[in-house]
Amino acid sequence: MSASPPTTAESKPGAAGEAGAPPVRGPRGAAGRRSSGIRGGERLAGYTFMLPWLIGTAVLTIGPMAWSLYLSFTDYHLIRGGEWTGLTNYRAVFDDPMFFRTVRVTLMYVAVSVPIKLVASLFVAMLLSQRRRGMGFYRAAFYMPSLIAMSVGVALIWKALFSNDGVQDSIMSSFGWEGGGFLGNPSVSILMLVLLAVWSFGAPMVIFLAGLMQVPQQLYEAAEVDGAGKWRKFVHITLPMLSPVIFFNVLMETVGAFQLFGPAYIIGGEAGAPAWSTLFYTVRIYTLAFTDFRMGFASAYAWILVLAVGIVTIIMFRAAKQLVFYAGEDR
Amino acid sequence: MTVKTASGRTIERNRPPASERAKSALWHGIMLLVLAIVLYPLLWLIAASIKGNADIISDTSLWPETVTWDHFAGAFDGLAGIPLWRFFWNSFVISALSVIGVTASCSITAYALARLRFPGRTAMFGVVIATLLLPWQVMLIPQYLIFSELEVTNTYFPLVIGKFLGLDAFFVFLYIQFMRGIPRELDQAAKIDGAGHFRVFFSILLPLLRPAIVTSSIFTFIWAWNDFMGPLIYLYDMEKFPLPRLLQAYSNTEGVTNWGGMMAMTLLSLVPVVLFFLVFQRFLIRGIATSGVKG
Repeated sequence: MSASPPTTAESKPGAAGEAGAPPVRGPRGAAGRRSSGIRGGERLAGYTFMLPWLIGTAVLTIGPMAWSLYLSFTDYHLIRGGEWTGLTNYRAVFDDPMFFRTVRVTLMYVAVSVPIKLVASLFVAMLLSQRRRGMGFYRAAFYMPSLIAMSVGVALIWKALFSNDGVQDSIMSSFGWEGGGFLGNPSVSILMLVLLAVWSFGAPMVIFLAGLMQVPQQLYEAAEVDGAGKWRKFVHITLPMLSPVIFFNVLMETVGAFQLFGPAYIIGGEAGAPAWSTLFYTVRIYTLAFTDFRMGFASAYAWILVLAVGIVTIIMFRAAKQLVFYAGEDR
Repeated sequence: MTVKTASGRTIERNRPPASERAKSALWHGIMLLVLAIVLYPLLWLIAASIKGNADIISDTSLWPETVTWDHFAGAFDGLAGIPLWRFFWNSFVISALSVIGVTASCSITAYALARLRFPGRTAMFGVVIATLLLPWQVMLIPQYLIFSELEVTNTYFPLVIGKFLGLDAFFVFLYIQFMRGIPRELDQAAKIDGAGHFRVFFSILLPLLRPAIVTSSIFTFIWAWNDFMGPLIYLYDMEKFPLPRLLQAYSNTEGVTNWGGMMAMTLLSLVPVVLFFLVFQRFLIRGIATSGVKG
């Protein structure tokens, strides 16, 4: 099954590039021939440059997507194999108590971490947009954690910081907290991952900062002449001018948050310890597929995630049509 | 500071007024406070790696009472008789191969999508953008089945092949954005002089793409260095593990009792990323800002 996709992928662009181009354009008049020759060359060059991507997309993206859709309708097991079972997997997913746990954990994480992270990053970006001395230094220093935040190493630091008697426990205990370290407390353990996400606020911050730098200063000056205060300038100038960037950040951060895996796996393990409180959706997919080998069932899980992310993306693009302001547009 | 103000609109003043200086001091105060909170975990890590094992978890201070270098000695011993440098080398090989692959494949893919006209181009561009948002979990299982059918699991092939095939949509997009900033007249002038599409790409665009190549290479290196999911699924011989797999294995065995060794190992694994960042931070920040703002 794995051998067939590469051959079809290789022959398709080649055929279109070599054989397809000249005959179609050829029979035109003499005037058209020169430009069609160039076009034909451009076509050939285009498909040649696209060749690696076309092969890769066919074999490693579109092929696997179709295959996993098929698998999701079978009871395929890595060792036993499997057969077509229709919608059984999807029904089983909705009967699976773990499914609702993972959905709750994941949605909670998305709903809490994305807004906090984005508000924090916009706030710091606005502080940094003041063109003062040392701005480059602060920007770099705030950005740096986002490069390592999702690594195994930082997840291990987090485990140490949030274990019983750890840094978080000692600090909070001195204010009367009795819940122990977040690592062992199922009602707050998800906060470790929220804080980890917030800690990586530097990536959207840099994008916000670049957006803020492009807001024309005359707008603020004109508003000042009209007597607008700081808050009104923020609401009526900064937010609308920044809305395309805000949209980009909201979209990328939300889609990314749905797919959190590494830190959740390191902190909570396959069971999402303690008491499934860090059992993220992707961890469940991984465990079903690569520990239990129930790859058909895991594929159904994966496709439900694709649908969920797709719906969220569509809603966001719809909302963006109403909310996002592109400079130069009538409004 | 005084020069800057003097060159501005207010000509008569050499020093900024007191209120302005107070504002500036407040601003730096807030910034340093935020910075201290943000960098605390990393400073704590440095302190933890030289503290005695008994102090590590419970000690919030950044100043160790007793200093020991034993943890580093232990960390360099690695795990199960395989020395630490071996895992560093494995990580380096995977990251370096990824950089080569992304640079070669994403730049040519972007060239075709940004500069050449051929049927299907718009659809292909759409697919690139869609894969930016597509949850990768959905491809994971069939990809694994393909690679195990090809008998290349437990090698680095599954980890890097996608990079050689231009599947990192983020970088294709980055290159496209960058190429849009290069005037088309340059290509056209070269074409009038008789250069083909390949010459235009290799001798006109490629040299101008250097900043984009640097940015994408640094990101690729760091992301490959941090990648955990790929090695988790495809590698099972410890000799082939990159650092994230080592850290995970260590934390499940030695690390349960030896926090110090684990923190020292964690610190060592993060050092290359931080160094890389310090050297190249300008490129990185400019790169990520371009991808978001112009998009």
